Amino acid sequence: MSDAESDGVTFDNVGLRYGTDREILQDVSFTLHPGSFYFLTGASGAGKTSLLKLLYLAQRPSRGAIRMFGTDIITMPRNRLPAFRRRLGVVFQDFRLVPHLSAFDNVALPLRVSGVREADLRKPVGDMLDWVGLSDRIDAHPATLSGGEQQRVAIARAVIGRPDMLVADEPTGNVDPEMALKLLRLFESLNRLGTTVVVATHDVHLLKKVPESLIMRLDKGKLSDPTGALRYPPRASGGNS
Amino acid sequence: MKKPPAIKESTARGLNPFRGEQAAQLVPQARLAGPMPWVIAIMIALTVVAAAGGLALSNMADSARAEIAGGATVQILEPSLTERERQVIAAEAALAEDPVVASIRRVPDEELDALLEPWLGVGADNEAVPVPALIDVRLREDATESTLNRLRGILANAAPAARMDAQSSWLGPVFSAIQSLKWLAAALAVLLGITSAAAVWLAARSALGTNQDTIEVVHLLGGTDRQIARIFERSIGFDATLGGAVGLAIGVAVVVVLGRQFVALGSGMVSGGGLGWLDWVLIAMVPIAGVLVAMLTARLTVLAALRRML
Repeated sequence: MSDAESDGVTFDNVGLRYGTDREILQDVSFTLHPGSFYFLTGASGAGKTSLLKLLYLAQRPSRGAIRMFGTDIITMPRNRLPAFRRRLGVVFQDFRLVPHLSAFDNVALPLRVSGVREADLRKPVGDMLDWVGLSDRIDAHPATLSGGEQQRVAIARAVIGRPDMLVADEPTGNVDPEMALKLLRLFESLNRLGTTVVVATHDVHLLKKVPESLIMRLDKGKLSDPTGALRYPPRASGGNS
Repeated sequence: MKKPPAIKESTARGLNPFRGEQAAQLVPQARLAGPMPWVIAIMIALTVVAAAGGLALSNMADSARAEIAGGATVQILEPSLTERERQVIAAEAALAEDPVVASIRRVPDEELDALLEPWLGVGADNEAVPVPALIDVRLREDATESTLNRLRGILANAAPAARMDAQSSWLGPVFSAIQSLKWLAAALAVLLGITSAAAVWLAARSALGTNQDTIEVVHLLGGTDRQIARIFERSIGFDATLGGAVGLAIGVAVVVVLGRQFVALGSGMVSGGGLGWLDWVLIAMVPIAGVLVAMLTARLTVLAALRRML
């Protein structure tokens, strides 16, 4: 078994349909190597959010196989999934902040769910909010924050636990270019620390900002892989293509 | 650019409990401003009154049964006043000699007249409407049919017009009615308990619906079903404790007021229906049981709803 298969994520002929509708995702196969940076692009309705839902374990596929961190996710008992979800950071497209919690409490939520003691989480949460430029809005509730501020809180919440894999759905959609770049640098920093990063975006300018990134392109539910970098199963070394 | 902050190493990812105030604040609490504590208060108050009624009826039946278990009544059905008097004296003498008889009391004529006054009026002519003489007999043992038959045999020679009956046989229908009322009260208490559980189920479902987004977020951040269920369990438990305390206070007040009114009736049978300390302990258990049922219902409801999510 390769490192990618044991520590990364592999999709093998994955299909997803809701009810009896047509398949949203068809025959999706790829490998996400640990510590790599991926952009997921595609037109609206191409299936980006559905693919991300499979990645952050909100959905099981209709068919195919998924392995994550060396474990078969499809056959995994439901009660083991929370431990895997704690290894993921997710930035939702609609932020999904808890409306009656302050910015601080929203960012602290993953740490509290993981059982981190209050005394141990005050500084990192404060530092993280400071870093995303919200140190003066620490007690503000989401309703009083602008769209961009809410997005920064959502990102801070996703990265605070230093996840093994970060999945972000249009994470720079509501922020100015300067903040977008700053957030992208945060993702790169996490990536350098070993976190696999998957960012779904339709902003083509963003793709150029991370030269070492790999690009996954979805078109009507099918993954195009022009460079072969995402190939699964991996091509045998020395073999024919 | 400043290096982004990160907590020292990877976050502790054990399944430590997420509880306490930090967990509770995920579900906004209306406390007494919400309907839940008041619904539970009404249910608990009604259950307390029903339970107290059932216990009082049970005590009343037990007390009355113990009192009349060894009681028998001898009627001398003789129209002739002289002969009636003779047979009364003979019957008293015969019964007094029997070791099973503890005491004998002839019911005085004034008492009989007072008993019959509502039907016969004041100063009824004893010659025109002969009234049987009554002897109240207390036995040292229960008035079983075999004991009564033996005593009837003794009386047959001394007082041929005597008829002896156990007092419990006359009050059989009353005991049967009390027994039915007791079971009715118990059934009422159980029904109220089920209704309370159903109300909590609806409240938990409603709270789940209201907080669906929050639950999904906690779920996707790695919150376990038990962690999320515990948050709701605690919330409903708090409401149930508030409601239970208020309901117990209202219920006990109603029971005390009703109890005083029944005592004021001065009826011998009703006075046996008081509540003992053990009864009050049982009544105090009603809100505790209510809180436990509410928390269990909330937990099961939330767990069942969460199982429908991946």
